[in-house]
Amino acid sequence: MSNTNSLKMDKPVPASLLDSGSQGIIGRPLDRKEGPLKVTGQATYSAEYQIPNLAYGYLVGTKFGRGKVNKVDADSVRAIPGVIDVVTDFKTFLQNSQQGGETSAPTQGVQDVHYFGEIVAIVLAESYEAARDAGIRLKVEYEEAEGRFDFEAHKDETTKPPPNNIPAHFKQGDVEKAMADAATSVDVTYTTPSQNSSAMEPHASIAVWDEDGALTLYGSYQMPTSDKSQLAKSLGVSDKKVRIIAHYIGGGFGSKLGIAPESVAAAVAAKQLGRPVKAVMTRPQVFETTVRRSNTEQRVRFSVDGAGKLTGVGHETLTSNLPGEGFFEPTGIGTHFAYSGENRLINHDLVELDWLLSGSMRAPGEAVGMMATEAALDELCHKLGVDPIDFWKQNEPSEDPEEKIPFSTRQLVRCLEEGAKKFGWSKRNATPGQVRDGEWMIGMGVAIAVRTNMLMESSAKVAIDANGRATVSSAMTDIGTGSYTILGQIAGELLGLPLDQVSVVLGDTDLPDAAGSGGSWGAGSSGSAVYLACEMLREKLAKAMGCDPEALTLKDGRAIADNRQVSLGSLVGDGIEAVGSIAPGKMEKERKQSSYGAHFVEVGVNATTGEVRVRRMLGVFSAGRILNAKTARSQCLGGMTFGIGAALTEDLVHDPRNGKLVNHDLGEYHVPVNADVPQIEVHFLEERDQFANPIHAKGIGELGISGCGAAIGNAVFNATGIRVRDYPITVDKLLDHLPPV
Amino acid sequence: MKTFTYEKPASVEEAVGFVGAGTRFIAGGTNLLDLMKLQVETPDKLVDISRLDLAKIEDTDNGGLLIGALVPNSDLAADTRVREKYEVLSRALLAGASGQLRNKATTGGNLLQRTRCYYFYDPAMACNKRTPGSGCSAIGGYNRILAILGASDSCIATHPGDMPVAMRALDATIITLTPGGDRRRISIHDFYRLPGDTPEIETVLEPGELITHVELPAPVAGKQLYRKVRDRASYAFALVSVAGLVSVENGKIATAQLAFGGLGPMPWRDSRVEEALIGMAPSDEVFAAAADILLADAQGYGSNDFKIPLMKRTLIACLRELTA
Amino acid sequence: MHFTINGTAYTAEPDIRTSLLDLLREHLGLTGSKKGCDHGQCGACTVLVNGRRINSCLSLAVMHQDDEITTIEGLGTPEDLHPLQAAFVKHDGYQCGYCTPGQICSAVGMLDEVKKGWPSHVSETLGDVEFNDGEISERMSGNLCRCAAYPNIVDAIRDVAEAKA
Repeated sequence: MSNTNSLKMDKPVPASLLDSGSQGIIGRPLDRKEGPLKVTGQATYSAEYQIPNLAYGYLVGTKFGRGKVNKVDADSVRAIPGVIDVVTDFKTFLQNSQQGGETSAPTQGVQDVHYFGEIVAIVLAESYEAARDAGIRLKVEYEEAEGRFDFEAHKDETTKPPPNNIPAHFKQGDVEKAMADAATSVDVTYTTPSQNSSAMEPHASIAVWDEDGALTLYGSYQMPTSDKSQLAKSLGVSDKKVRIIAHYIGGGFGSKLGIAPESVAAAVAAKQLGRPVKAVMTRPQVFETTVRRSNTEQRVRFSVDGAGKLTGVGHETLTSNLPGEGFFEPTGIGTHFAYSGENRLINHDLVELDWLLSGSMRAPGEAVGMMATEAALDELCHKLGVDPIDFWKQNEPSEDPEEKIPFSTRQLVRCLEEGAKKFGWSKRNATPGQVRDGEWMIGMGVAIAVRTNMLMESSAKVAIDANGRATVSSAMTDIGTGSYTILGQIAGELLGLPLDQVSVVLGDTDLPDAAGSGGSWGAGSSGSAVYLACEMLREKLAKAMGCDPEALTLKDGRAIADNRQVSLGSLVGDGIEAVGSIAPGKMEKERKQSSYGAHFVEVGVNATTGEVRVRRMLGVFSAGRILNAKTARSQCLGGMTFGIGAALTEDLVHDPRNGKLVNHDLGEYHVPVNADVPQIEVHFLEERDQFANPIHAKGIGELGISGCGAAIGNAVFNATGIRVRDYPITVDKLLDHLPPV
Repeated sequence: MKTFTYEKPASVEEAVGFVGAGTRFIAGGTNLLDLMKLQVETPDKLVDISRLDLAKIEDTDNGGLLIGALVPNSDLAADTRVREKYEVLSRALLAGASGQLRNKATTGGNLLQRTRCYYFYDPAMACNKRTPGSGCSAIGGYNRILAILGASDSCIATHPGDMPVAMRALDATIITLTPGGDRRRISIHDFYRLPGDTPEIETVLEPGELITHVELPAPVAGKQLYRKVRDRASYAFALVSVAGLVSVENGKIATAQLAFGGLGPMPWRDSRVEEALIGMAPSDEVFAAAADILLADAQGYGSNDFKIPLMKRTLIACLRELTA
Repeated sequence: MHFTINGTAYTAEPDIRTSLLDLLREHLGLTGSKKGCDHGQCGACTVLVNGRRINSCLSLAVMHQDDEITTIEGLGTPEDLHPLQAAFVKHDGYQCGYCTPGQICSAVGMLDEVKKGWPSHVSETLGDVEFNDGEISERMSGNLCRCAAYPNIVDAIRDVAEAKA
């Protein structure tokens, strides 16, 4: 008998065992399992493994934006005390990071340089200090070439990219006609700049080869299973010869989905030196050589008829990327189903530039797409003189407006209504610029949140040992998302064990393949794998008890059936285990699956200077079952704070002369600090999504950012009457429109 | 970071004895090490003055304060005398950097903090201040935080500090020990240099000359404030800032001391602005006229054009508050 | 060179250029202090030197041979948490955990600054300083958290401050 319980989501799962568990820990706001390790500095991140005979690597990037490296002059630094060698491999080094989930190598080869800062060499030394000194002083001979560094200059030269998770172009009906026939319409263009994920842990890899030619890479990566394949392909070795260990990851937000240049540089150098190599990016290198969220220019059109019903939606976006890199920021991904209207045009075109690769950052698509659409919708409501919440009540679609399939769940209007009540939305003065608090102009804004739900192939093993303790193991990761805890809660609920009787081991490709963390699919996918493994274990336990699985109660480490109670340990002999494996199926085509929410924001805009401060912020979200109310809330806090950054402070500036990222550090790329963030309120609606997966949970990590920035911009408009269509909303953009001092 | 030799003198006199072209004093190190890591600064000898006896704040005979060069920013901001009589200084210090940095950054070092110009910080780009003669990438580049006053064709860097702006408004005197063993008293108004065609020279200090103290004159009557406008609520450099001390008597402005951050290569002060205020009855028109005088020669370089209206608006609001 | 860290004497021979942070992480195996930017722009490296919070990345190890250094490892252990460590767990004052040791060391130093009556940028007056959420946020703004646990960090610190008071 196979020891694997597999499920393809071809059918809904109406009853989840999580609703009939007896342990009562699912959903509860339990403390993180790994919390004590993290708060005492005992959680080990990639660069922190104590490896004997380690050589320090310092990555060297180019000081030009386009051209060719003629020579890396190792002799220029060899005499520096402590320097071991300089390693470069023009063919193997990564030109770009890989996108998430790919199993092929990313674009390789660094002799031709495609963007400023591309990593072309790694200097190895006995100490970090010597490696850094030599790395900065290393002479690289090169020829510069003309490049395309200026978005504005090239934005009329576009290409249609290949389909991503949505097609690049989509058309239904006739938006032009809908606009022409509209009783009221808006046609506005919003722009967002490049952004950087700025995870607090810089990208880091330690590469260790053994005598059999197998590589262990301690790497800060979100998706170890596919990252392993990427790394193996890049190095030209078998997948079986590569192991990635990523027990703790200091944040990722998309920037660590695929492998980045330091991994291959470390591996190549370690091979060549015959000793382990550690390569940690400097903060500017994280900015310059990993991945950015593309800048966007988005034309948004909405048309409504005389009855106030949406008749048309247009969302046309320009994004940028390197030539040949197909990824485009899918800004319209939420537009496809969020808004009703029979006439629809949702297009994405690429402007090819010699800028750092663009790829995924928290909620690719919705995060910046909804900053445009939800602001434009606010403009429409203002024009109509309709409260946005009333607008939604009238325009809420009853089914997916394009696929014409039902929504698996959609509690958007309830999110808005609940939020309005809790926030005191009725106190908003809809006329802008009316409320003052001393020098501060006060305004409120609202926006919806949608984020597509995804299920990815994922597996996990769950074992019960002779002591009745369970161990969950999977190549899944916890990047701060709470995986350790929620996977333990699922297993504990289904096996009747308190959380401290469940060990969770993650972040190692020697464990069962998993989807990893990204796209908010982690909990749903890996949680379902754990569920399925536990389902099989329950069958085994029932068999051992001589009862039907349905007649078995598991609680506090004991199995109960037919008035008989025994400890789990006594039922499993030397121990039992099972593997659970989930895969997406027909349900993703038959039901539109998404999580929903509503953002409410109050801002103050300084009437003298234009400084914007968020004073209050509240979100109501529905995302299926909430697996842990504490960690889920934290995910939302994080997303909403990203929203503050996107709306007000984050602006990654490319120098149009060479593509260089001018503000490539945390001093000048402004992520929100504690003082920028109020005591945000988060609420969840009760929900189960039987079409999503057997645990009935949907993604939560990216919902909080989706739409959030628009709610802030809408509040700024309500405070001042000024509509800034060029994010972030900084003082310089408000100043000329503020009332006289 | 290039390697260096390390000296730890036991006295101020011994410290200045280490004079040499490649010698730098290190105290808090928060700016120097930052720049050394990037090889923007490449001293071959570091003279550790952090344990010298220069960390006291003493009353002076004429009612002012003598602040040791090694007094950390935190301690200076928290000193009761500073909080009571030099509020502008306390406020400026508290508006700068972070709690951790203020605990390490010193009074002397903070006066010598170098520009945060993006291109100065990046050895991949040309910069006349870092590498004289290499050119200025900021002109024609991104210059949001850079100068609108006092710049030159070779450099548009701003002085990034907050404390020095307050010190300039307070007419501080900087006291040094020269390598020859002489004490020098330098008015803060004479301490900084405009970039001209030698932007690498930022102050009148001679090589090896050590700041030992900063002296504040007796406190003046009137209101004091420090207002800083920045791109996030905390932990960011100033876009513009105002340090102000103004007194009003009989309905007229009696005294006015105003200095400005974020505008130029040095903490900025313009006596004509104060002259335009003194003797006048406070009014928005008077304030606007003063702001216009301050900004008459202001020049934007593209991404920092907004500083001109921002400064005007901020100054008017500050003057209103100072004369209310 | 000789150092006293968490009450323990250490001897090491680092390069003269070694920062206090790299001494801890690369020479002494004390990897609880984190490197997020190496330039004083994130606060992940915050440690306590003679009880004061500083950025260990912007300080040379050689300059700290006479100091009492306290790192996150010296505040508590998983089995015996410092009150702030326990409060961070309870309030979920972290997510990925990378900025966390710096946040906690910073909070320890910050509460001591409050105890000494030091004002902050947001203090209404420079006289008697009030202690509220706004004060916590401002005083903790030298510690970036990209996961953005800020509201929970404020809750955790407020809890401990109130318990002390």
